[in-house]
Amino acid sequence: MLELRQVSKVYGRGAAEVNALRDVSLEVDAGSMVAVMGPSGSGKSTLLTIAGSLEEPTSGQVLVAGQDLAGMSRNDKARLRRQSIGYVFQDFNLLPGLTAAENVALPLELDGITARRAREAGLSALDALGLADRASSYPDQLSGGERQRVAIARAVVGERHLLLADEPSGALDSANGEAVLRMIRAACKQGVAAVVVTHDAQLASWADRVVFIRDGRIVDQTAPAPGPESLLGQER
Amino acid sequence: MSVRHALLGLLSEGPKYGLRLREEFEAGTGEVWPLNIGQVYTTLQRLERDGLIESDGDDERDSPQKRFKITAEGADELAAWLRTPPDMSSPPRDELVIKVLVALRVPGTDVREVIQAHRRYLVELMQQWTRIKDADGGRDLALGLAVDAELFRLDAVVRWLDAADGRISRAEVEPPAAARDDLPRLKHKTGVTR
Repeated sequence: MLELRQVSKVYGRGAAEVNALRDVSLEVDAGSMVAVMGPSGSGKSTLLTIAGSLEEPTSGQVLVAGQDLAGMSRNDKARLRRQSIGYVFQDFNLLPGLTAAENVALPLELDGITARRAREAGLSALDALGLADRASSYPDQLSGGERQRVAIARAVVGERHLLLADEPSGALDSANGEAVLRMIRAACKQGVAAVVVTHDAQLASWADRVVFIRDGRIVDQTAPAPGPESLLGQER
Repeated sequence: MSVRHALLGLLSEGPKYGLRLREEFEAGTGEVWPLNIGQVYTTLQRLERDGLIESDGDDERDSPQKRFKITAEGADELAAWLRTPPDMSSPPRDELVIKVLVALRVPGTDVREVIQAHRRYLVELMQQWTRIKDADGGRDLALGLAVDAELFRLDAVVRWLDAADGRISRAEVEPPAAARDDLPRLKHKTGVTR
């Protein structure tokens, strides 16, 4: 679903040159969740914005659903972002003048879907996240946990294939943080590929695979999972 | 963990047979801490001997068929135990801390690669625990609590590794002043030579 091939990103020139990413290769299959874990300044947020076509790499290739982003026009990229990619940022980015339902329906409306159908899809996404009764509330009337769930609903509404999240449980308490991660996992069970960048090991532990990034390079990753029996079977 | 006090806790709900106590004990800890079944019955015998519980069955019967109830003394003991903090003041000697300290001194060793090997292992363990929690879907309260305890414990170790990583990186750029003689040092036992 998402493939990064030897992606590098350099900001600035000469003495001010910063290598944000160096030769990063990463593959994320449909239905799987990958966490990118690293300290601040390690390049993990840059990786996410490049994967989401919000920024261009200095070198290397980015493929989303088999399409090379480099060969796409600005309009094509904008369409890909609206139709296939969902973003969840730490600060939620909800529009304050729109209700929860309108925020969720917005990407569909921008994509030319009729207002009524977009609204129906938005309401059903909110319902799936237990927010049906908050659909008419404005962002400032919602709690932090509710705002985050609206942001997730907006990221998964329609036929999205790729979910990109930057510290999605950021400022939430652990119960709400866990609810957010359960939602991302549920999206993966529907076939969505998810990339979550974080410095938080508890959050990363929800992923099928954890990739460790440092100074712009992927330095390590977790092994495929053994079954839970390995923990529950032992005598102490 | 204290099987003794867990059993007192189950008996505080009302009198129960030995077999039922065993089943409830297993269910109550979410099967996260499997224990030797014999431990339940031997612990019941000791609790009875100490006057913290009493049985109304005749002495010839085995513990599984006896009915036990908590005594007033047992209830006091349980209340006191619940409020007594476990000893966390002097941590056990931490093998991981020692490995990192030793790695700093071994020529040609990349300490951060050593740190990463441990970080990866811990995150893999956390993934396994999270999968158990995920599969349960939040239904079993005892399981959720027990798994969270493991996750927070492992998370604390990962955070220490992250902090150590950062501290070592800063020290490379800006070496700290020479160690003072009056500060604690590594013990000879670790095999470190100065």
